[in-house]
Amino acid sequence: MREVAIVAAGMTRFGELWGASLRDLFVEAAQQALMNAGVDHLDAIYVGNMSAGQFVGQEHLGPLMADHLGMAGVPSVRVESACASGGMALRTAFLEVACGGSDLVLAAGVEKMTDSADVTEVLASASDQETEVYNGATFPALYALIARAHMAAYGTTEEDLAWVSVKNHRHGALNEHAQFQREITTEQVLSSALVSEPLRLLNCSPVSDGAAAVLLCPLDQASKYTERPVVIRGAAMATASMALTDRRDMAFLDSVAAAGTRAYEMAGISPEQVDVAEVHDCFSIAEICCIEALGLAPPGEGRHCARTGETALGGRIPVNTSGGLKSKGHPVGATGIAQAVELFEQLTGASGDRQVPGAEIGLAQNMGGTGASSIVHILQTV
Amino acid sequence: MPSPRYWREIPSRYRLEASRCGDCSRVSYPPRRICPECRSTDAQTIELSHEGRVVTYTVVHVPPSDFLMEAPYVLAVVETPEGARMMVQVADCDPASVEAGMMVALEFRLIRKEGKGGILCYGHKAVPAYPIGGEAEDEQRSKELEVAHA
Repeated sequence: MREVAIVAAGMTRFGELWGASLRDLFVEAAQQALMNAGVDHLDAIYVGNMSAGQFVGQEHLGPLMADHLGMAGVPSVRVESACASGGMALRTAFLEVACGGSDLVLAAGVEKMTDSADVTEVLASASDQETEVYNGATFPALYALIARAHMAAYGTTEEDLAWVSVKNHRHGALNEHAQFQREITTEQVLSSALVSEPLRLLNCSPVSDGAAAVLLCPLDQASKYTERPVVIRGAAMATASMALTDRRDMAFLDSVAAAGTRAYEMAGISPEQVDVAEVHDCFSIAEICCIEALGLAPPGEGRHCARTGETALGGRIPVNTSGGLKSKGHPVGATGIAQAVELFEQLTGASGDRQVPGAEIGLAQNMGGTGASSIVHILQTV
Repeated sequence: MPSPRYWREIPSRYRLEASRCGDCSRVSYPPRRICPECRSTDAQTIELSHEGRVVTYTVVHVPPSDFLMEAPYVLAVVETPEGARMMVQVADCDPASVEAGMMVALEFRLIRKEGKGGILCYGHKAVPAYPIGGEAEDEQRSKELEVAHA
């Protein structure tokens, strides 16, 4: 396999972007990446997108996006793995370059959620329709069940959950692309409206529009496009049981652990070597479960990390320096790529006030549904 | 829901039909063709007991549109004595009275009226197994179930 580098990145602001359509968002992020690399051609495009078919009634995104990027003729296809669609698009693009199938491949993610009739119902289609949704499950309800399981096993509290949101908003306040560029307090989180007990509104990532894109090529061609490429050292995916009821330990995310183990192995590193991580905090309990499954915190100890500052900027292992899904926003199909954009900036020293000094290794973990699918990438400076 | 889809799911929704693996004895609900534990295709259809205990639960305050009239409602993971787990609502009680370990009976109920057509969708909901105040009996029953389960 060839070594693969990310040579350019681009993204829109995340938020309620009423003036932008699905294709507008994609073109803005993708064109930025192309301009930054100074390229006018592509060998292939992968479009990460969860559910444009349900959100805006648009399928067949591969050719649509290639066409509007002025790249009609280029092979282009949509990749779907629910909220991990972006991460999956990146991994698919990585494999195509690594195996020698193509030299210059765009991996982009996009979601337009604010035009939709019922976002809760569309998102719920990433869980088991026949056993969970039928009986009244929503995504917050499923993560609430995970939170209760974690609380029962480790004594995790609502305040622990609140600290994750507070920490991520602190980071997001420094990110010009974030949907919510402001800090919040634990009191605000704990007094926000109940969505599904014990999860409150400020434990939940928002409904967002947005797109993000990264450009990949073989490492030995990277100097044509940038002076500071970032290498993809690990790219792994794993699945787990779809329904929560089929998991013996609901507080442990098997797919995250499995994808993490495979990615660490591929990169030849251990969790202690990671300098900065973007993990899938769709709900604050998810960040806690994910850092435990990835070995960034010992089992049961993830709940303390946001409060103690271990996972904050300046801490032992800064997690979600972008603001995470909670503060930056979560246009589901774009999220996995936006994580890679954040790491690309961190590893090239372009993160400004959010910069983790001397960061050399970054980890991105993107998750679909309640963790039925998970993708982990490990990026490193050259 | 298109009627063929609804019709297909009737055995598991109406009669609580599950499958028990002929090789490793794992019980799957709804039934599966391949055992998720050992990949055996030797599956036997069984009917689950109409009772169980709450493993964990949440109270849903922001519901999907089909459940607007019911919120707040309890959504729980319930385990039957056969070891099958299912996600069901816990009805006929104050949501604040539900707790992990609580014994419930599974009753045939209307689950929702779907969409604008108002199609009636049936299934099972959990209800407290014993009247309020019957805690001693509840504990006794819980022990019996544990024995049966073991």
